[in-house]
Amino acid sequence: MTKGPSRRELLAGTGAALGAAIVAGTAARTALGATTGKGGPKGIPMWGMAIDLARCASREGCRACIDACHATHRVPAVADGRHEIKWVWKESFSRVFPEQVHGWETLARLQTPVLVLCNHCSQSPCTQVCPTGATWRRSDGLVAMDEHRCIGCRYCMAACPYGSRSFNWEEPHPGPSTSTYPKRSAGVVEKCNLCVERIDDGKLPLCVETCGGTGAAALTFGNLEDASSPLRQLLSTRQVLRRRPALGTEPRIFYLV
Amino acid sequence: MAMRETNRHAWLAWTWKGLLVALVVLGGLAYGVQSRSGLGVTGLSREMPWGLYISQFTFLVGIGASAVTVLLPYYVHRQKVFERALILGEIVAIIALTQALLCITVDLGKPGRLLNILLYPAPSSLMFWDCLTLGGYLTLSVVGLAATLFAHGGSPAKWVRGLALVTIPWAIGIHIVTALLYAGLAARPAWMTAVLAPRFLATAFASGPALLILLAGFLARAKIFDVGREAVDRLSIIMTYAGAASVLLAALEVFTALYSGVPAAGEHLAYLFLGLDGHTGLVAWTYSSWLLLLLALVVLLVPRLRRRQGLAYAATVAVLVSVLIDKGLCLVTSGFVPSPLGYVRDYRPSLVELGIVVGIYSGGALVFTAACRILLVFCAKAHRYSSTSATSDSTIHALSSPPPTAREPSMATAAPMEN
Repeated sequence: MTKGPSRRELLAGTGAALGAAIVAGTAARTALGATTGKGGPKGIPMWGMAIDLARCASREGCRACIDACHATHRVPAVADGRHEIKWVWKESFSRVFPEQVHGWETLARLQTPVLVLCNHCSQSPCTQVCPTGATWRRSDGLVAMDEHRCIGCRYCMAACPYGSRSFNWEEPHPGPSTSTYPKRSAGVVEKCNLCVERIDDGKLPLCVETCGGTGAAALTFGNLEDASSPLRQLLSTRQVLRRRPALGTEPRIFYLV
Repeated sequence: MAMRETNRHAWLAWTWKGLLVALVVLGGLAYGVQSRSGLGVTGLSREMPWGLYISQFTFLVGIGASAVTVLLPYYVHRQKVFERALILGEIVAIIALTQALLCITVDLGKPGRLLNILLYPAPSSLMFWDCLTLGGYLTLSVVGLAATLFAHGGSPAKWVRGLALVTIPWAIGIHIVTALLYAGLAARPAWMTAVLAPRFLATAFASGPALLILLAGFLARAKIFDVGREAVDRLSIIMTYAGAASVLLAALEVFTALYSGVPAAGEHLAYLFLGLDGHTGLVAWTYSSWLLLLLALVVLLVPRLRRRQGLAYAATVAVLVSVLIDKGLCLVTSGFVPSPLGYVRDYRPSLVELGIVVGIYSGGALVFTAACRILLVFCAKAHRYSSTSATSDSTIHALSSPPPTAREPSMATAAPMEN
């Protein structure tokens, strides 16, 4: 009985640790709120992103954001299309917005490349169907993924109406990388996490930062709860498309026409 | 003469068991390959994340659930003629469910983490509920079968009936939950239909009895176990009308999809019946499944045709194979066509996938072969095999009109569709 901490000490220790975690969490949120403008009603931001279709397409063949993301997140380049792993990539306009196609547009317009990624839906079907909670919606709206809990059932891939999820069909070989982001293993699902690891450090998602560096600045990231944020300014003044809005998933990735 | 016959049977039995063991080992080796290299060795892809494993899982849950077709008549309608069909039905259900659970397990990318479903329960996921209900049903079935067997042919204890009354809705429930697993996905219009669950039940109650009739025919011919002609006849009727109901439900889906003209509602049908963007991977399978079921129904519904024993058995095989193709391949894979981004990718199961599935089925057949021994022991202990068989047959003779012309009275079940 005399060895080790008593039950009371253990409880007190746990309490202190919990308290510290809560305080630290609040501090982090406050810090984030400070960097991106005011917080929402509860002080919790709601992250979203706008993609300017014309600006993104104006830089033909640009892969800056894709390459930066995939290198940092150790996304392996898989030659076999069946087994590809993609966090952010480009698809033609007609595939991304099939309901907008009327048949009288030029081929070039139909084939305009559109950047696609996880939509971080407000009503995300993937988190709803996951049998282990390996993917979940954070209080700030980001759909996160724990590749260490994932059992690889791929129910989320069946449920995602955007094809935004990838499965590691084989052992991933991401190649040399200086990134600290953990490598995945064969048999788990992964997807864009909108750089939660960076956001929690008060930084912008890597794609947004990289795009800003190219001079095109087609991507705008921000807090949807903050009426004065540049994102909200864009959404209130511009014509906006969202992917498959009829499904009720309420994506937080917006496309500016 | 009798000795030579026995020797021949023994030789056949050992060859059969040897073959099954070999196939199970083959399946195990195939799974070894998949475990080492990942699911990339299957025919699955980004666009087609589920294939043969999940399809076969769906089919097998249906077979497991179809124990209702013997439980319900026996325990609720008190039809004594189902007494021995009940034991067969319960054994088949337990084996099918175990196979179904194996199918899910081999489909997992991280099978070692399977228990995460229980460690981190997610009530919003239908897969969580599917695992719970399947586990519960398996337990109920095992207890029910054990109780029936321990009764040694006498009436099982009173609580067994109570257990059965829980098992019946539970069995229907497992298949409904399995259907809801698909039907709740807005991303897959092919599955997002309220008719999916009833369709699942209809195909289950057609394929399950079909399998039982075929097994009963075999067991009677091998003089192992006589399920009784009356039970087999009634199973055949259940199979016929469940099959007809499934045709109706599928046809209603086709109407809704095509008449409404909503593109997303009909694209998977176009893929199934015509092919999409030049991809025709499932067209031949689709027509085979429909044709087999429709022809089988004609045979089963026309008395002149179904009285021919060979034809009746062929129709029963056709029902089983039709559902196996529909549920065990087409239904799940067509749901992924086209992909959310409009891509069409045909799915062809790899040899590894086929090997694993064959292994799972061979394992099931092996367990069933062993279970035949239980049936024999059960009969010997009960001392009822010859006596009940005689009495029940005489009852049927009185009921049937015209009386069946059994060529061999001891193999009454070999002519299942005489009514």
